[in-house]
Amino acid sequence: MSAGRLAPYGLTPARKRRDRTARGAILAGTLVALIPLLAIVYYLLEKGLGSLSWSFFTTDPTGNTFFKAASIGGIQSAIIGTIEIVALASAISIPIGIGVAVWLVEYGRNSWFANTVRFFVDVMTGVPSIIFGLFIYIALIIGTGSSYAGYKGSLALSLLMLPIVIRSVEVILLLVPAALRESALALGAPRWRVIFSIVLPTALPGIVTGVLLAIARAAGETAPLLFTAGATLKTNTNLSQFMNSLPVQIYNDVTSPTTAVVDRAWAAALTLVLMILVLNLIARLAARRSRIA
Amino acid sequence: MEATSITSGERSILERSPLARLPDRALRYGLTALAALILALIVYFFFRLAGEARPAFEKEGVLGFTFGNEWNVSAEVFGALPLLVGTLITSFLALLMGVPVAVATAIYVTELCPRGVRAPVTVLIELLAAVPSVVYGLWGIFVLAPRLQPAEQWVADKLSFIPFIGGGTVTIPNYFVAGLVLAIMILPIVSAISREVMATVPADHKEAALGLGATRWEMIRIAVLPYCRGGITGGAMLGLGRAIGETIAVTILIGDSPQLGHHLFGQGYSLAAVIANEFGEAQGLHRSALFAAGLVLFVLTLLVNAIARLLVLRAARARTPKGAAQERAESVPPTIAGTAGL
Repeated sequence: MSAGRLAPYGLTPARKRRDRTARGAILAGTLVALIPLLAIVYYLLEKGLGSLSWSFFTTDPTGNTFFKAASIGGIQSAIIGTIEIVALASAISIPIGIGVAVWLVEYGRNSWFANTVRFFVDVMTGVPSIIFGLFIYIALIIGTGSSYAGYKGSLALSLLMLPIVIRSVEVILLLVPAALRESALALGAPRWRVIFSIVLPTALPGIVTGVLLAIARAAGETAPLLFTAGATLKTNTNLSQFMNSLPVQIYNDVTSPTTAVVDRAWAAALTLVLMILVLNLIARLAARRSRIA
Repeated sequence: MEATSITSGERSILERSPLARLPDRALRYGLTALAALILALIVYFFFRLAGEARPAFEKEGVLGFTFGNEWNVSAEVFGALPLLVGTLITSFLALLMGVPVAVATAIYVTELCPRGVRAPVTVLIELLAAVPSVVYGLWGIFVLAPRLQPAEQWVADKLSFIPFIGGGTVTIPNYFVAGLVLAIMILPIVSAISREVMATVPADHKEAALGLGATRWEMIRIAVLPYCRGGITGGAMLGLGRAIGETIAVTILIGDSPQLGHHLFGQGYSLAAVIANEFGEAQGLHRSALFAAGLVLFVLTLLVNAIARLLVLRAARARTPKGAAQERAESVPPTIAGTAGL
């Protein structure tokens, strides 16, 4: 960083050129980064929109993959399965996740134990999703000698969601001004009331954002469901049985040699991406309403 | 924040009765137990996974399994080298292609772009993280890979004198396509972390560089990039961790061939892909070998992520001398990506 690189020669044409080239390269890099999203959305619409119809959402896949398009069926069981599995996963991971986040911020703080928990939660966000599937397989399928079931898929997804919920809620709770807590404590409120009446309500919009993004992430996961919830054709609302889900059905359809089945995969993918985009949109709107973040 | 009693013998009138303090204590210990549960779960699963993997490790030996170059299900020979190599090649390709682009987006958003463009560009890049892995696989195998194949063949022919790159015939699913799609998939996280780190560069440093007559690019090179090196490296490592563990897109795009590919545009396998692809029908030793592959994958991602987190943490600590979490949170406005723990 010698000064010689800078001023002595003034703004020479060479420096000007280098500046323009570098800025051009940075802009080009940014544009390149935007291409994949546009391309994916374009092809999802082009290839998926044609197969969408009322009956597509209200019939089950038939498994007749070698016949004409009309007989392969739709994705009803997959949609219902995804909604149920993700709902149960959320019901498990959101309360626990918020609880741990509250502990980290309000009680654990910077103690060595809290930092250890924080570190392991961070590390957990990086654990491959298929490994969570294996964990649940070992604990609940080898462990109990039973077979695949929807709720086992939910548990695998909740393991995946937990670290996301914990970290996002923690970040938001840290933003709640300390003055709010201190005033409540000074007025004689016990710690638990401060948490439930002051801290959590103040942070609510931010918590909603983090939680919704965790749900959106879980809804798109295939790998943890493959060996926990399995796959099936028929619509099934019982979480203790095999359950179909959108990502798993798309994954199974991708490998099919039949064009109609691949078309169904595109349409199912469009549906899944729309569901996830809506969740993201709501999450962002909630974030906008937040006064602290 | 504990209430201290003023009198020693009797209870101060300011102190709560023991009964009223009960919910506080219950909440405190309940939540502590919850946090401890997280740690216990990770340790429990790790040992169970190791237990299930044991038969395979016992037969092949830990090193024999990890670095054996034959994965043959029917002969019950399980060496994970072809899988490990596939995982590493695709992940490093992803870093090679993904990190420069991600850093460029971060620089553009924090330093160069007009105010009104900032939010839309950020949101669009973050939305890449919302696309499910299986959709990347679907798009990759039916749109990207077939269109890319002629170009790949041309490169392979032109560079046929370089081993491992040129020479062979290009298949539609191959290492390169898998790496390219992984590069797209890790873009949002690397970009988000780089952006957050760049936002912490003190305005003084930038203004000093500009004041000395630096051009924008010189300012970025002299004031911004050196300051962010640790954080960007950490972000890239987090991206690496993601790429190593990514399963479904890679399973669809890598070709699922248990022989070690001979060149960049050949088919291969990865640790995660072999589990996704073979676990459903696996039994006995085969299943144990897949658990062992999972364990290798798990340990690999743990190492990469631990190093990454330490780097990011150290980069953040350098900013705030006391390392106070509160202070840190206020100095770095969390983005959606930050809050989502992408």
